[in-house]
Amino acid sequence: MKIAIFIEKNPVTGKLREVTEELSAKASALVEPFGGEVVGMFAGDELPVNCTDLFSSGLNRLITFREKRLRDSHPIAIKNVIEKMILSEDPDIVLFGATSLGREVAPLISSSLKAGLTADCTHLYIDDFKDKGKILYQVRPAFGGNILATIISPDSRPVMSTVREGVMKVPEEMTKNEIRSEDFEMSLQDNWFINDLLKILPKDKKVNFNRSDIIVAGGAGVGTKENFKLLSDLADMLGAELGGSRAAVDSGYIDKSRQIGQTGAVVRPKLYIAFGISGSIQHRAGMDESSKIIAVNSDPKAPIFDISHFGIVEDMKTVIPVMMRYLKEDLNG
Amino acid sequence: MKKIIVMVKQVPDTANVTGESMKEDGTVNRAALPAIFNPEDLNALEMALEIKNLTGAEVTVITMGPPKAVDILKHSLYMGADKVYLISDRKFAGSDTLATSYVLSEAIKFLGKYDLYLAGRQAIDGDTAQVGPQVAEKLDLNIISYVQNLIEIRDERIVVEKDSDVQTEVISGRIPLLMTVTSDANDPRYPNSLNMLKHFRSELQTDIPDENKSRYEKNGWVIPVLTIDDLGIDPDKCGLGGSPTKVHKIKSIVLKGGDFTLFENNAGGVMGLVKEIVKDYSGEN
Ligand SMILES: Cc1cc2nc3c(=O)[nH]c(=O)nc-3n(C[C@H](O)[C@H](O)[C@H](O)COP(=O)(O)OP(=O)(O)OC[C@H]3O[C@@H](n4cnc5c(N)ncnc54)[C@H](O)[C@@H]3O)c2cc1C
Ligand SMILES: Cc1cc2nc3c(=O)[nH]c(=O)nc-3n(C[C@H](O)[C@H](O)[C@H](O)COP(=O)(O)OP(=O)(O)OC[C@H]3O[C@@H](n4cnc5c(N)ncnc54)[C@H](O)[C@@H]3O)c2cc1C
Repeated sequence: MKIAIFIEKNPVTGKLREVTEELSAKASALVEPFGGEVVGMFAGDELPVNCTDLFSSGLNRLITFREKRLRDSHPIAIKNVIEKMILSEDPDIVLFGATSLGREVAPLISSSLKAGLTADCTHLYIDDFKDKGKILYQVRPAFGGNILATIISPDSRPVMSTVREGVMKVPEEMTKNEIRSEDFEMSLQDNWFINDLLKILPKDKKVNFNRSDIIVAGGAGVGTKENFKLLSDLADMLGAELGGSRAAVDSGYIDKSRQIGQTGAVVRPKLYIAFGISGSIQHRAGMDESSKIIAVNSDPKAPIFDISHFGIVEDMKTVIPVMMRYLKEDLNG
Repeated sequence: MKKIIVMVKQVPDTANVTGESMKEDGTVNRAALPAIFNPEDLNALEMALEIKNLTGAEVTVITMGPPKAVDILKHSLYMGADKVYLISDRKFAGSDTLATSYVLSEAIKFLGKYDLYLAGRQAIDGDTAQVGPQVAEKLDLNIISYVQNLIEIRDERIVVEKDSDVQTEVISGRIPLLMTVTSDANDPRYPNSLNMLKHFRSELQTDIPDENKSRYEKNGWVIPVLTIDDLGIDPDKCGLGGSPTKVHKIKSIVLKGGDFTLFENNAGGVMGLVKEIVKDYSGEN
């Protein structure tokens, strides 16, 4: 079995996008029972500075194509290079990170190869399917995150998927593979570079609750600005957006732009975790349509519990450190 | 900039899934969810209409879907679209993104050439964000995805801000060009009352009784419907048969309202909470 993965560089840091290492580790776990290899495909100006790390997270071989015009993201040029690599390698499976570049390049390639492409997968496994032998099962959230669908492409070669960043973990201990890298040769066409990148702006820190699956929110019960730091640490760990009640805003724990409720933002994340929020009607108006609500409050009678799915009656200062410890263990395997 | 085409989709309102929209077996009851205009397609249409204001371009809107998708076509007319088409055929059912983009690209070829092709970034039901780029590839078009701001239009060039996840890029793209538009791009306008007066009678060509045909045509109330035969396309590339991906299994992850679990306030309880946090996002349960 051969799995090819799309190697992507973070243009801001010059390092590998984190999802790339996750893809490599996952691909290596998928091929392991059957024998085979994991091949990385890179198209860009310079290799990511920590590129050889990939050989410690499952990669067997790296094919690279470097050209200075590929400094800026030119999806059509990258598509044409990666597509040619796929054709010459003929892998069974091709994985991309579900990044903005991956989610642009992968559908372009799937369209020209007429290969099935499954979006934004959170889980991948290999199993039998009828008379097709072993195939890839691709699990992905859809329907606004309300369902998990398992998608298969039994007649497609290659089978393609984009994989969500941060869900597939890189095991701590992996064997170091020998570093094997080769240059790919092809010529680029000028008409693949018809757009000009005029300027790069740092990502503005505008709060965008819609784009996060998880919101960690705090209220007056958090007590101090220092305690609120605990919440933001937890949010960082979960990749969550931070929000708060009006009382938290009024107490100066959090910026007004992060207020949730009737006079703040209305949010519908998949998971809303409320610490020290009583659950006033005005606050609920902004969050009660979240798919899953978890509340931590020291008062068993707090109305927030009426709309929660899970809860703990406890001081949030006690709960958060324990939560972070377990999360860390879970994330590490 | 003379001609713009916008691709729009009718979707179930998945942002408002509640206990009631779930079936006994835990799957989503689509029938219980209102069908709405895919939110980011409204942003795409708004962008087209803003460009129409600037350049006088003609705005065409197409959707592939069942006859009831006429609702979003009428809404498009109310907002200010000039022409709308329904692409509809029973054989389209079950299309994945490849089959969908095949049909849409063939429909566009049938309708003509455009300067600008707009789609929403993502539909809130399939949630793939694949159709836009796939249509671009099939039509051999230049592409800019995730457009979050229209800056200016200059002859053959259009300058936009692209939201690429680690940075924001200001890109000057050459037309003809396909762009996918995000919810940050603009605030879609409301239907305009004059347009509503003009189009409230508009109906699908297939729903107009013969005796009314000429009157409807004279008033511009006919919404054309294009089928596989009209487009002369390959039925094997449409619908389930033309779709390499298959939905093998679906599991709901919505909790029914009212389910509540209180964990003990000890380490074991917190561990239980953490499991709840981790579980839905790995898909491994
Ligand atoms: C017109 C109007 C508009 C409003 N708009 C909004 C709005 O948009 N958003 C909004 O949030 N509010 C809004 N409010 C205010 C709202 O009525 C409440 O006052 C506010 O939501 C309360 O915030 P809270 O839950 O953080 O604070 P409180 O109600 O004071 O609750 C604090 C909670 O923390 C718990 N607690 C205390 N210590 C701890 C601890 N150590 N660990 C764990 N739990 C602890 C307590 O048991 C209590 O339940 C509005 C009010 C009005 C009148
Ligand atoms: C649970 C589930 C999971 C699925 N997973 C996959 C998958 O992983 N891979 C796959 O290939 N297919 C998948 N599909 C099929 C896919 O949802 C359909 O092909 C759908 O018609 C288009 O995909 P989308 O909703 O993701 O649209 P997107 O690609 O997210 O839509 C982007 C834009 O394209 C335009 N557009 C999309 N559809 C239409 C239309 N019918 N008419 C006009 N414009 C349109 C709109 O502008 C829209 O904003 C899945 C379907 C289901 C039910």
